[in-house]
Amino acid sequence: MIPLLRHIFRTGILTEPMPEAEGGPQREIDRLHDEILKVLGRALTIREVDAGSCNGCELEIHALNNPYYNLEGRGIKFVASPRHADMLLVTGPVTRNMENALRIAYDCTPDPKLVVAVGDCGCNGGVFGESYASCGAVDNVVGVDLRIPGCPPTPLALMQGILAAIRTAK
Amino acid sequence: MIFHAEPIEFVRQPGLGAPVWRGRAADGEDMLRFAISVHRHQGRLAALWGEDRRQQGAGYRLHCVFALDEGWPWLSLDLAAEGDRCPVYPDLSGIFPAANRMQRATRDLVGIASDGSDQRPWLRHGAWPADWYPLRHDAVHEVGMGAGFANFPSDYEFVKVGGEGAHEIPVGPIHAGIIEPGHFRFSVVGERVLRLEQRLGYQHKGVEKLLIGADLAHGARLVGRVSGDSTCAYAWAYADAVEAACRVEPPPRALHLRALMLERERVANHLGDLGALGNDAAFAFGLTQFMRLKEDWLRLNQQLFGHRFMMDRIVPGGVVMDVDATALAAMIEQCGVVRDEVRKLRALYDAHAGLQDRFATTGAIDTALARELSLSGMAARASGILLDGRAHRQGYTPPAPYAQLGVRPVTDERGDVAARVAVRFDEIYESLRLLREIALGLPGGEIRVEVAPLGDASGLGAIEGWRGEVLVGVQFAADGRLARVHPHDPSWQAWPALEHAVMKDIVPDFPLINKSFNLSYSGADL
Repeated sequence: MIPLLRHIFRTGILTEPMPEAEGGPQREIDRLHDEILKVLGRALTIREVDAGSCNGCELEIHALNNPYYNLEGRGIKFVASPRHADMLLVTGPVTRNMENALRIAYDCTPDPKLVVAVGDCGCNGGVFGESYASCGAVDNVVGVDLRIPGCPPTPLALMQGILAAIRTAK
Repeated sequence: MIFHAEPIEFVRQPGLGAPVWRGRAADGEDMLRFAISVHRHQGRLAALWGEDRRQQGAGYRLHCVFALDEGWPWLSLDLAAEGDRCPVYPDLSGIFPAANRMQRATRDLVGIASDGSDQRPWLRHGAWPADWYPLRHDAVHEVGMGAGFANFPSDYEFVKVGGEGAHEIPVGPIHAGIIEPGHFRFSVVGERVLRLEQRLGYQHKGVEKLLIGADLAHGARLVGRVSGDSTCAYAWAYADAVEAACRVEPPPRALHLRALMLERERVANHLGDLGALGNDAAFAFGLTQFMRLKEDWLRLNQQLFGHRFMMDRIVPGGVVMDVDATALAAMIEQCGVVRDEVRKLRALYDAHAGLQDRFATTGAIDTALARELSLSGMAARASGILLDGRAHRQGYTPPAPYAQLGVRPVTDERGDVAARVAVRFDEIYESLRLLREIALGLPGGEIRVEVAPLGDASGLGAIEGWRGEVLVGVQFAADGRLARVHPHDPSWQAWPALEHAVMKDIVPDFPLINKSFNLSYSGADL
């Protein structure tokens, strides 16, 4: 136990300040928390749905919870069920084999809900586009509030997008 | 070249890539005999796919890539087209169980079928009709939402487990975590797993169809996105295949830079998975610590290569960007820091009784089973098979630049989660050592040569990615465009191994066992 605690102590706190949201300065964490509270009345919960990605976007979404970005430390939490979620974070392209499952997840998410399309594929189909196997962009299947482009988008771009989505909802 | 006195004459593919021999089977019997001989010599089935060659005035072609100690014999079997009927070839799944899903996918996509009993669709879930085959050149589809085929998700015949108290737990396609989609059907008694059956294909986005008619550069972008976590391995395998087909040799500096990227990709994935493995055993400390190291690692990738995962940096003919001496120095320094940190974390993992209790004996696959399932890569090495495409072994010389680097492959006899953890730790150390060697001995010169597509040529690339053997087969059309590209992920062989690994363990151990393999859905669903 002692070596473990020593290691934690030695590593220290690595969390970096929040980035600025697109469209305006959004520096202080307190202000962000206030804004989330105003919009949702509580912390923000996200259900991530991979609807056909190459798994590149998932690598970066995972990174959001590393100690540098520490999204959960800001009250933004990934949950296991769409029924517990305020926001669906959807990566694409939406495959036709996932079309039905995505619709079900969307219907299971309580209103008011936010849908964010992640990555070039989620935004517009990306290199995969629309085909016999792919529906392309997420908003071909469910309504989208905000798009975060990138292949894959960096964790910073993801954070900015999530903040911007909260602002648009407001 | 003749293998095991079988009557098929093989010819070595040119180029600097992995040793691949090309051969043609006269008929189905010929192919079957060769497959049996490969199996008898402890070989593996590496990949299987189909090709429509009716536009070339022929019929269909079945491609089987086998793996032997010497390298990869690539065997083709021509099948006559008979109207709209599915041509049939002998079932290989009785010899290599790994053939089962590949054969079913080949039927779904190309419309050539094995004569085996399991004809359940694999990639076709009801989004297109059973008698429409997307990879046939005359398969045209109205593109655009609302156009084309209706989407009727079909039922799937899972194998039923009977007996008192046996019940099923269906999981997915959407899983609880931030992870790709797939369906797992557990048959359990109490919490003990009697059987796991996977149904995959949810990530099928038609990559191979898009590759038909693509040019070289677009092909590289597509193949680099078959499985994002292995983008370097795929891009290199594709480049190798194209270079072998077009008789091009990339410059030495490019080969070293490719190896540098591939090893950085390996380390990044092992770091992430070691953290996640701690987390799945309720040791959140491990996740935080390893994710920190991984983030540092990816940030340096961004600095060195302008992309955190180095996508689109390896292309046919070489690499698109060079690194300077300052960048190399930064990389060498980081290798030292990460090595020291990983050593400390390993000591903490090894000393943690709760963690070791979860890891040891969980999800075990013995050597014989691993061979039977044609397993490759990290998982095979953790089941005691000394098999690494980067390392010398009897009769096998690895492709450049690994031949000069002298890779020491890592194995573990235990085959359980603990073994896969140990192999990942040791592979990080070995990759860090290699990175240093590559950086210190980086040859000068060009980083890219021109590649002119060669009409009707073909080639195969094989790269030892972090998960295992990544293969890409390329066939050019007469006009120099891509006629057919097949990317093959090691997950094809490893998914069935996961089904075996969870048997007799308990349901709560599944996430841990699953993560110890961390297989690609997208890579195998294509």
